[in-house]
Amino acid sequence: MSDSLSKLEKRTAYTLVLPAVLLVFAIVLFPIFANVWISFKDIELKDIRIPEPRAKKIVNSIPENQSELKVIYKLRNSSLIQEIKNVKFQDKFPKNISPINLDSRCNFDSKKVICEFGNWKAKYRENFEIIIKNNNDETIDRKIIKSQKPILNGKADNPLLTTNFTLKNFKKVFYENNFVELLLTTFYFTFFGTVGAIIFGILAAQLVNQNIKGRTYMRGILLFPYVGPVVALAYTWTLLLDPNSGTLNALLVNFNIIETPINLLGQKYITMSILGFEFKLRLALTTVIFFEIWRYFPLAFLFILARLQAIPKILYEAADVDGASPIQKFIYITLPQITAIISILFMIRFIWNFNKFEDIFLLTGGASGTRTLPINVYQQGFAVSDIGMGSAVSIVIVMLLLSFMVIYFRLIGKRANEI
Amino acid sequence: MKFKSLLIFLIISSFFLTCILSIWKIMSTLQGLSFTNLNIAPIYLIGILLSLVFVLIGNKINHFIKTFSLSFLFSILYFYLNEASPYWYILGIFLITLFFTNKLKKYSMQSLREDFISEKIIFDFITLFGIVFFAFVILFPFYIMLVTSFKTQIALLVNPLDFSLDFSKSLAELFKSYFVIFKTYDFGRYILISSIVSVGTVIVTLLFAIPAAYAVARLNFFGKNFLSTSILIIYMFPAIVLVIPLYTVFSQLGLRNSIFGLLIVYTATTLPVAIYMLQGYFKSIPKEIEDAGIMDGHNWFGIILKIIIPLSVPAIASVALYVFMIAWNEFLFSLMFLDSPKSFTLSRAIQYLSGDAETPRQYLMAGSVIVTLPVLFIFIYFEKYLVSGLTAGSVKE
Repeated sequence: MSDSLSKLEKRTAYTLVLPAVLLVFAIVLFPIFANVWISFKDIELKDIRIPEPRAKKIVNSIPENQSELKVIYKLRNSSLIQEIKNVKFQDKFPKNISPINLDSRCNFDSKKVICEFGNWKAKYRENFEIIIKNNNDETIDRKIIKSQKPILNGKADNPLLTTNFTLKNFKKVFYENNFVELLLTTFYFTFFGTVGAIIFGILAAQLVNQNIKGRTYMRGILLFPYVGPVVALAYTWTLLLDPNSGTLNALLVNFNIIETPINLLGQKYITMSILGFEFKLRLALTTVIFFEIWRYFPLAFLFILARLQAIPKILYEAADVDGASPIQKFIYITLPQITAIISILFMIRFIWNFNKFEDIFLLTGGASGTRTLPINVYQQGFAVSDIGMGSAVSIVIVMLLLSFMVIYFRLIGKRANEI
Repeated sequence: MKFKSLLIFLIISSFFLTCILSIWKIMSTLQGLSFTNLNIAPIYLIGILLSLVFVLIGNKINHFIKTFSLSFLFSILYFYLNEASPYWYILGIFLITLFFTNKLKKYSMQSLREDFISEKIIFDFITLFGIVFFAFVILFPFYIMLVTSFKTQIALLVNPLDFSLDFSKSLAELFKSYFVIFKTYDFGRYILISSIVSVGTVIVTLLFAIPAAYAVARLNFFGKNFLSTSILIIYMFPAIVLVIPLYTVFSQLGLRNSIFGLLIVYTATTLPVAIYMLQGYFKSIPKEIEDAGIMDGHNWFGIILKIIIPLSVPAIASVALYVFMIAWNEFLFSLMFLDSPKSFTLSRAIQYLSGDAETPRQYLMAGSVIVTLPVLFIFIYFEKYLVSGLTAGSVKE
């Protein structure tokens, strides 16, 4: 009895879970593995279509003879890199019309011309001619001949499924791609973006956690940047920071804080001198990091606030009795209570910032020293249109991510379940 | 000791006053007033004077009369020190000072003797400063977005600081950018596509997620633990590593430039979060209620439909809103998969618009307002549900 029930339970469970699992497998897990495959192939964006034989039909009249027409087929292989096998060609003609001097590869059989062209190499082209004649010596209507489209087919491998592999992409990733700088930029962006978001999150949570009027409104407002669409926010910021007529530069110039506008998003370095020491700051990258902090501190804020509100009031009352100062209360009561959530936030935000694409893409497009790994995937795959190379960079990202996750689960994975 | 707290009080309170007055000045400059100097030093000094006089008077006069007369005097002094300014600007100064002196209420020469008073002063004013700072920094870009959409390109090039709205113009003139993007740039279509994709994603996601979440929460089957851990791991994986294989496969299948293709991808990427959020809630429903359902002769389908769904409306609502927001805001996949303007979503359309350097910025901002407003309205209206959604789905963007 119970055995059959648990069998039924299992069967039900699988029917309930399977659709979701299959979909996620097809769209999320399959591509991750497909990346590995593609990254070992020398393949470009224009090669991803399956090659097909094509023909363009041109019909020319022959002036001396109204009852004859010259039909030219411009034949070609659509692929520049792949062969098509056993190309077959077929075209129909109206009644009473037959070809003269037909090519040896072709046969004429009751209104149809059928040809076997054999194998076409990559980039194959040929102008194929047939002269047709009306058997009753009447004029042939060109339009009727022209309106009939030839049918071609042939066998070609799917360029994605061929088994010629190469290590070229990975060599390029590591040796020709400024890999060290790419990695450094990514980590610089990720680290400072994460730390900044958490610091501002703590500050904002401290503010809202106090007994002030309108704190629910304040909480809502603080989440605006996080819920707003990236596209709208990024373009507003670009407009705000524009060197020519952006509001920020105009204000700074107007109040004589700076003399000439600064191109905050288009300048790679800015030289700063503090106490006589000159150093170079990655300007555009820093600006992008500030945008990142602005957009994602609300999430840190939300989590830390939830944690702060769960701290028992009695702890603070006891501290008051002991005569603790506000700073002591923060250091000895608040901080220990939020370290767990901060470490989790750090890991989550770190991973997500590491993968960040949209924000940087919309602000700078990866120019002026803001090229991170995800930006590089796009640049390689779609701007340079080297799909294999883009996949290889994706693999690097996945590898790094997996190692972060191992660290994450080792260090704080267990604690994450407790919260 | 008392002198030190007094000094700290004066420095920090007038610093706060200077900050809000400067913000007021900046905002007024953006209304077309031609200020060229923030005058920080003199304002800071008269701020210190104001705070000093305030604590020296203490409780000798009625608080109301004291704040009112001091603010009035301060505003007159400010008026003489500042560049020529209209009366509404000075009225603003007066109101800000009134607010500020009201905040000073609890400080007097006596209160400055309390324990840790200097730290408390610092905390108090940093809190106030923080609220003003955060509100300003967050709302400012949204403000610029909104007012830019009502200006014209020429007006902005002539004076990039003048965002004042000219109400003498007709409404049609004021909302011109909006009319233009609907008429010339076909934004009505993009709104429709974005809505179809987002609502569709919500429906399909829930259809897949509710049964799966129920099974994970309630039933025993082989691989259940593996499944719930992999949910966590899967939603750590970013869209950018999925893009190239999906692009190639979708190209071969002819799924690019189709709403259906976008719908599948959005559903698959939001499913793990949705399942994770829902199963947590389903677990909290008492099992006895379901047992009663089994007694009544319902099968699993009936239990989900008649018991689980009605009981978890709040959780389903928060998942639905959260998924809607993700789908509405999504940009990467729409950038990759859509290249024909016929199938653009709103985000993609705005990005496409910005690609043309000739596009006037007010059109771009009008588009941005259109894509932002629905999300903000939904957020403000359903904040409670959404915040719980955001917290639960934290790991996903």
